Amino acid sequence: MTPVLQAQGLVKAWGGNRAVDGVSFELAPGEMLALIGPNGAGKSTCFNMLNGQLRPDAGTVRLGGRDITGWAPRAIWRQGVGRTFQVTATFGSLTVLDNVRMALLSHARRLLGLWQPAAGLMTREAEELLERVGMADQADRPCGILAYGDLKRLELAMALANRPRLLLMDEPTAGMAPAGRLALMSQTAAIARAAGIAVLFTEHDMDVVFNHADRVLVLDRGRLVAGGAPAAVRANPLVRQIYLGGMAD
Amino acid sequence: MSRCGAGVRSRADPALDTLVIQALNGLASASSLFLVASGLTVIFGVSRIVNFAHGSFYMLGAYLAWTLVSHGPLAGLGGFWGFWGGILLAALAIGLIGALAEMTILRRIYRAPELFQLLATFALVLVVQDLVLLFWGPDDKFGPRAPLLRGAVEILGLRFPRYELFLIAIGPVMLGLLWLLFHRTRFGILLRAATQDREMVAALGVDQRLLFTGVFFLGSALAGLGGALQLPREAVTIHMDMAIIVQVFVVVVVGGLGSLPGAFLAALLISELHAFGILAFPRITLVLVFLVMAVVLVLRPHGLLGREPEGAPPASEAGQPLPGPAPRWLRGLGWAALALLLALPPFLGEYPLILLADFAALVLFAASLHFIMGPGGMASFGHAAYFGAGAYAAALLARHLAAPMEAGLIAAPFFAGLVGLAFGWFCVRLSGVYSAMLTLAFAQIAWSLAFQWIEVTGGDNGILGVWPSEWARGRLAFWYLSLALCGLGVWLLRRAIHAPFGMALRAQRDSPLRAEAIGIDAFRIRWLAFALAAAAAGVAGSLFAYGKGSVFPSSLDIPRSVDALLMVLLGGVQTLSGPVLGAIAYAGLQEQLARLTDLWRLVLGLVILALVLFFPSGLAGALQRRRGA
Ligand SMILES: Nc1ncnc2c1ncn2[C@@H]1O[C@H](COP(=O)(O)OP(=O)(O)O)[C@@H](O)[C@H]1O
Ligand SMILES: [Mg+2]
Repeated sequence: MTPVLQAQGLVKAWGGNRAVDGVSFELAPGEMLALIGPNGAGKSTCFNMLNGQLRPDAGTVRLGGRDITGWAPRAIWRQGVGRTFQVTATFGSLTVLDNVRMALLSHARRLLGLWQPAAGLMTREAEELLERVGMADQADRPCGILAYGDLKRLELAMALANRPRLLLMDEPTAGMAPAGRLALMSQTAAIARAAGIAVLFTEHDMDVVFNHADRVLVLDRGRLVAGGAPAAVRANPLVRQIYLGGMAD
Repeated sequence: MSRCGAGVRSRADPALDTLVIQALNGLASASSLFLVASGLTVIFGVSRIVNFAHGSFYMLGAYLAWTLVSHGPLAGLGGFWGFWGGILLAALAIGLIGALAEMTILRRIYRAPELFQLLATFALVLVVQDLVLLFWGPDDKFGPRAPLLRGAVEILGLRFPRYELFLIAIGPVMLGLLWLLFHRTRFGILLRAATQDREMVAALGVDQRLLFTGVFFLGSALAGLGGALQLPREAVTIHMDMAIIVQVFVVVVVGGLGSLPGAFLAALLISELHAFGILAFPRITLVLVFLVMAVVLVLRPHGLLGREPEGAPPASEAGQPLPGPAPRWLRGLGWAALALLLALPPFLGEYPLILLADFAALVLFAASLHFIMGPGGMASFGHAAYFGAGAYAAALLARHLAAPMEAGLIAAPFFAGLVGLAFGWFCVRLSGVYSAMLTLAFAQIAWSLAFQWIEVTGGDNGILGVWPSEWARGRLAFWYLSLALCGLGVWLLRRAIHAPFGMALRAQRDSPLRAEAIGIDAFRIRWLAFALAAAAAGVAGSLFAYGKGSVFPSSLDIPRSVDALLMVLLGGVQTLSGPVLGAIAYAGLQEQLARLTDLWRLVLGLVILALVLFFPSGLAGALQRRRGA
C-alpha cells in the first residue's frame, strides 16, 4: 500500500544551525506514529515542513505518493491534512461552533458567500464534530475564554472538518494536566482508528506515547537516532541517555 | 523635489546641459529630503512612531527661520551670523518643540495601536496648521539669499547656483555626522541599542524617557533644519507640511523604516526620478514616484535596506466577539430614527436637507472603511481614494459623455471597486505602518492624477455641473435617494459581515496561522474585502458629487481619508453601529466647529488628541461599557 506520508531527506537550517538535518520516514494509512525528542530537537520545524508552513532547504514531502514539497499550507490542507499547533491557534472572536463552522465552510468552498448569514449554515455538521471531541456543551462560548485543554479539543475538531487522511498534531497535550492528556489522546486515537486516519504526533509524556503510538521515532539535534515499536524504543539505551540528558525541563 | 529648475544654459550640447542640470537639481533636492527623512527615520527607529507631524516641524522650521533671519534681533546683526545664526537657532527651537510634544503627548501612546499613533500625530498637524496661520498669516514668505553662497558657479560651462551646490554637500555630510553620532557617542550607541532591544536598554539602567525625548529632539531638529535651509530656495507657505510629509513617507518607506543609509539611498532615487521624470513625463511625475514606491514595497516589503521588525506586533483591538443582536431598546431607537428620517424631511428647509444628504454619504463612507478595519483588521490611511474614484467616475461621465445621474450612480461602485482591486492588490499584503503608508501613497497617486491631469479632470478647478437627473433635483427627492442608497449600502455591508465572507474576514484577522491551516486564502479574502469597501465608498463619493454638483481633488486628499478614519474610530472599531454613530457625530462636530470658529482645525486637532488619549474604543465602545458595567 502507498504510504500516506513520505518524508525524504528533509533539511532546514537557521543560519548555521541545522534544526532538521536529513530526516526521512514513512507513515502508513491509519498508523499512529509518535515523534519524540528533547526540546529543540527539531520536531516543530519538521511539522512545519510537512504542512507547508516552511519550505525545506532540501528533501521532499510526498502525500499519497504525490510530491507536495513547497505547496502552501492551505493547498496541503485541501489534500486532506489536518493540523493542530503546539501553541493553539483558533479564532478568538468567534464562538466555538463558528470556529468549526469556518473550517467546514472552507472545506465546502463556501467562504465567498456574502448574503446568507453564516449562522444558518452547516450547523448540524459543526455540532457533530464538536460532539465527537466532547465539546458540544460549549458550542456557544466565545473561544477566547476557553480553558487550554478545551482549546486543544477545539483544534482537533477543526482539524477533522475536512475529513483528513492525515493528522499532524504538534504536542497535542502540552499544557494539560496528566489525566486530561491520556483522555484526550485516547479520544484522538479512537476517532483516528474509527475513521482510518493516520496520525503523526509529538509528545513529551511517555505514558501517552507508549499507550497510543503504533511506532515511535526519536529525533535528536535534527537527526533521527532511533525508531521502532514502543517497547523497543523504550529499551534503547541511546534513547534513555538522550532523555535523561535533555528532558530536564 | 523642489520647484526650482536652477541652471542657466550658456553653451555645450543643449540636451546634455539639461541632463546635467537636472541631475544636479536632483542631488540638491535629495539632500534636503534626506535631512527631513533622516529625522523621521531616527524617531521611528527608537520609538516605533511614524510621526505625521514631522512635516509640520519642517514647516515651522522654515517660518521660524524666516522670522529670525528677517525680523528678530539676529536680523539686526545681518550678514553671516544674522543668517546662519537664525537657521541654527530655528533648528534648535524646533528640536525643543519636538521634545515637548514627546513629553506631553506621544509618550502616552507608545503602546497604543499604530493607527492611533498616526492619528494622534495627525492631530498635531492640524493644530500646527492653525497656529501657523494665526502667527504668520496666509501669505507666502520670501527669505533672503544666503551670505557667502550667492550667485552661481560654472560647471562644464553651465551656471549653477552656489547654494544648490552647498545643499548637495550637506546631505552626505549630515549622513556622516549622524553615523559618527550613532557609532562614536554614548547617546548614539544607546539609541542604537534601543532600536534593537528596548528591554535590554531598560535593564542597563538607562533612563529610557530621557532617551526617547532626546531622539525626538534630534529628529525634530533635523526636520527644522531641513525647513530652515529651504529659505533661500523657495517661498515659505502654509502647504509645505503636507507636501513634504508625503515625500518623506515615500523616502523612508522605500529606504526601509529606521535605516539611515536606506533613507539616503531612497532620497537620491526619488529625487533623481523626479528630476528626470519632469523631462520625460511632466504630467505624471508624482504618479511615477508613487509607482516606484509600490514596486519597491512589493519586491522588498520592508524597503531597500530595511529589516523585518522583530517581536510581536503591538496589540490590536482584534479578538473581541461581534456584539450579539442589538437589545430591544436599541433596535426600537433605530426604527424610530428611520421613521423620523422618512417623515420629518418634508418639513425641513433647504439647508438641513443638504446636510442630511451629506451625512448619509459620510455614513456609508465610514461604514465602508469600518468593513476592512473592524472585521478585516486592516488599516487604510487612504480610503478617500475610493470615495474620490466614485465621485470622479460620476463627474467624468457627466462631463465627457453627458451621462445622466443614473449611469453615474451605477458606474461609480464599479469604477471605485476596480481602483480598489488594483491598489488593494499591493496594500493588503502588508500590515501595520507599512500598509497604512502604502494606502496613503496610493491615495496620493489618485490625488495627483486628479490634480495634474488637467485636460481630463480639470485639475484644481475640478469638474462643475455634475447635477442629479430632473426627478432627483429637488433637495427632498435627493435626500430620499441618498437615504435609500446609503441605507442599502450599509445594510449590505452588515449582511456581508454576518455571512461566511465576513466570518472568514474576521477569522484571518484573529489568526492568520489557523486561517491558512484550514484552507482560507487570507490574501484573497482581504483583497476582495478591500475592493468591496472601495465600491461602497465609491457610491458614497458619487452621491456626494451629485449633492454638491461638482468634484474637486480635495475629494480624495489626505484630510478626507483622515475624516473617514476619525469617523470609524470615534464610533469604535469593534461595533457595528459604530461607523454610523461616528460619522454623524464627527460630521456634526465639524459642521458646528466650522460655523463657530475659524480655528476649527485647532479645535478638531485637540478633540482628536483627547479621543486618542482618553477614549481609545470610541463612542459606541464607551456606551457598550456603560451597558455592560
Ligand atoms: N524561526 C526560527 N528561527 C531560528 N531558529 C529557529 C526557528 N524555529 C526554530 N528554530 C531553532 O530550531 C531548533 C529546533 O526547534 P523546534 O523545531 O521548535 O524544536 P522542537 O519542536 O523539537 O522543540 C531550535 O534550536 C530552535 O531554536
Ligand atoms: Mg516544538
